[in-house]
Amino acid sequence: MTTKIVRQREWALPPAPVRREVLSAAPTDAGAAPPVLFVPGFGHGAWAFAEYWLEYTCERGFPAYAMSLRGHGESGSASKATLRAYVHDVTQVAASLPRQAVLVGHGASALVVAMALARYPARAAVLVSPVFGGPGAAFSALLRNPLATVPAVFGRPLRPRRGQLFSRELPVADRTRHAARLGGASARAQWQLVAHRAPEDPVGAPPVLVVGSPDDRIAGRAALTAVARRYGGAPLLFPGMGHDLMLDMRWKEPIAAILDWLDKPDQ
Amino acid sequence: MDDQYTVRPDTAASAARVWHDGQPVYDRGDTVCVIGAGGSGLTVIKNLREAGFSVDCYERETSVGGAWNWRHDRSPVYASTHLISSKPFTQFPDFPMPDDWPDYPHHSQMLTYFERYADHFGLREHVWFGTEVARVEPLRDGRRWDVTVRGSRGGQERTLRYAAVVVANGHNWSPRYPEIEGLDDFRGQVLHASAYSDAAQLRGRKVLVIGGGNTGCDLAVEAAQQATRCWHSTRRGYWYAPKYVLGRPADQANDLLRWLRLPLALRRWLFTRLLRLTVGDFSRLGLREPDHKPYESHPVVNSQLMYYIGHGVITPVPDVARFTRGGVEFADGTSADPDLVVLATGYQPVFEFASPELLGIDADGRPRLRLQLFSRTHPTLAVVGLVQPGSGMFSIAHWQAVTVARWLRRWGADPERAAAAWGRRQGKPERRFVQGRVADSSRHWFEVDHVVYLRALQRSLDELEAA
Repeated sequence: MTTKIVRQREWALPPAPVRREVLSAAPTDAGAAPPVLFVPGFGHGAWAFAEYWLEYTCERGFPAYAMSLRGHGESGSASKATLRAYVHDVTQVAASLPRQAVLVGHGASALVVAMALARYPARAAVLVSPVFGGPGAAFSALLRNPLATVPAVFGRPLRPRRGQLFSRELPVADRTRHAARLGGASARAQWQLVAHRAPEDPVGAPPVLVVGSPDDRIAGRAALTAVARRYGGAPLLFPGMGHDLMLDMRWKEPIAAILDWLDKPDQ
Repeated sequence: MDDQYTVRPDTAASAARVWHDGQPVYDRGDTVCVIGAGGSGLTVIKNLREAGFSVDCYERETSVGGAWNWRHDRSPVYASTHLISSKPFTQFPDFPMPDDWPDYPHHSQMLTYFERYADHFGLREHVWFGTEVARVEPLRDGRRWDVTVRGSRGGQERTLRYAAVVVANGHNWSPRYPEIEGLDDFRGQVLHASAYSDAAQLRGRKVLVIGGGNTGCDLAVEAAQQATRCWHSTRRGYWYAPKYVLGRPADQANDLLRWLRLPLALRRWLFTRLLRLTVGDFSRLGLREPDHKPYESHPVVNSQLMYYIGHGVITPVPDVARFTRGGVEFADGTSADPDLVVLATGYQPVFEFASPELLGIDADGRPRLRLQLFSRTHPTLAVVGLVQPGSGMFSIAHWQAVTVARWLRRWGADPERAAAAWGRRQGKPERRFVQGRVADSSRHWFEVDHVVYLRALQRSLDELEAA
């Protein structure tokens, strides 16, 4: 484990402040349950978790929060945001919560959360359908979905196909409704997804859980296994679901499993 | 078994089985004792807990925040105290200050920050409030500690045994008074900066502020805004750095240049150039030229001092030669007739609970610590926050706490090997963590440059991880 202390560039050039959307659902009596902060992936806003997971987490007794990264959802616009600015957004919101939080990152924000873990000692972290990017992943995405990725090369937002995000079980009306709300990350952050340094080691040794679907055509079984191995575990798999676990028909299964994992005494 | 500590098996039923000078000793096993729940103490608790230690922290006040809690008797803050280092340097690196706070937060925001830090990480449950530490004594083996505590408003003493002690009692609460001829005979009011709390104390008075440090300059500016007259006495010429340069907080601009690897000489030239372009010749304003190069002394960050001197509201004067009954004479033969003298002459660290040799305290009251952090003689004793960085304090305190936690973890895992490593370190010469030479280094003995010092901590952490 290595720790990086001297970060002169970051001290000298702090990310610009921005308005951030944070939705919350607080149980009447949280007891000792830690707050859970959901960080939606590129193109998604807090709405993606407000659909089902936020309420469900609250019903299970956890104070639940969902945020939008800058340039997403109702957060302030940020056309030139970098991954570092997104990480800054996550640590800012996490530090504003009353207690040490559990960070749940989805898609490319799983990478943002993994990076944030080096800057904020989370209680625990859950990486849902993690997209850690890299040149290899970018190349295969280019082959599999050129319609979405070629425009992204020229700075347009990544647009995964609906079939990649949702399973066939989800009614067409819901798919259309969700797809209409999708936005995009900044071009700079998309490029950084292709070429970035591996996330630094987490501080405070938080337990990390990787959750996904082997049938996810964006973060498939190989990607899930690779990320989980990095954190010394195996992924928790939910076959038959799309990339957006939190919006799919069987949304309850993964979140129930995540909260069960959090409820275990050693977490 | 030695004669000082005796085990009495007949009291096995009670919690205390060991006795020390006729008092029961409650053995807390591997627990670490932390002294003080100010900003430094809190980050020590948090990082020790994170490394798996149980912690007992003793705080003489009934709330957290130490010097930054204006309700505390010993707090030096006054109504308008603001930070002089900007947020990225001041905050704990893993608990950022809110984006919507200003670059230089107010002291009440610092207190809010510490309270939120304590709540966020659940630190209060490890703190014994209203309890002060009377004595810290090493056991014969020099590794474990008997700590005697009592209520800060009196009460029964109680001795507990700890595996390690981390001192975070702060160094800005015991005022240092200068010895100036005739000060006792002076008829006007004399106030140490620690007793200054509100601008109303200056209103309508003729004020002499003594001291060219950051507090002295801030108080001179306060006096300029409130008092009828203000003299500001400094011993020598200083470099007064503005709070903003190159469109950003000065410390951020400075670290940007350092990140770009501008050599020290070039940064000095740039600094002087910037001052010449904005303020111009210091002597034109009646100030003395600095007798040292920039970055050779603790930085004085104040944008308003020059402004008020330029408006004639602050009269810069040299060192005080002597006080008379009704006035004051300065070293250059001039005189003034203030009715209020504010001594911004600083503070001295005090460790009333520890015998001087534990911290290697010399005749002038200065501890000699390894890495400005660890006792030179006792491997399980450390002092966190006893540095005066030319930058923010609490990021440094955080990394000191992390270093202490890692060291104690290694010590706990394999004391013999750790002790051998400790022995090797003992031979290393003392070093200062500053860039270049330091002017007047006797006064600024615990001054550190944040980058040099943090790099040294980085090396220590790397060594602890590798081992």
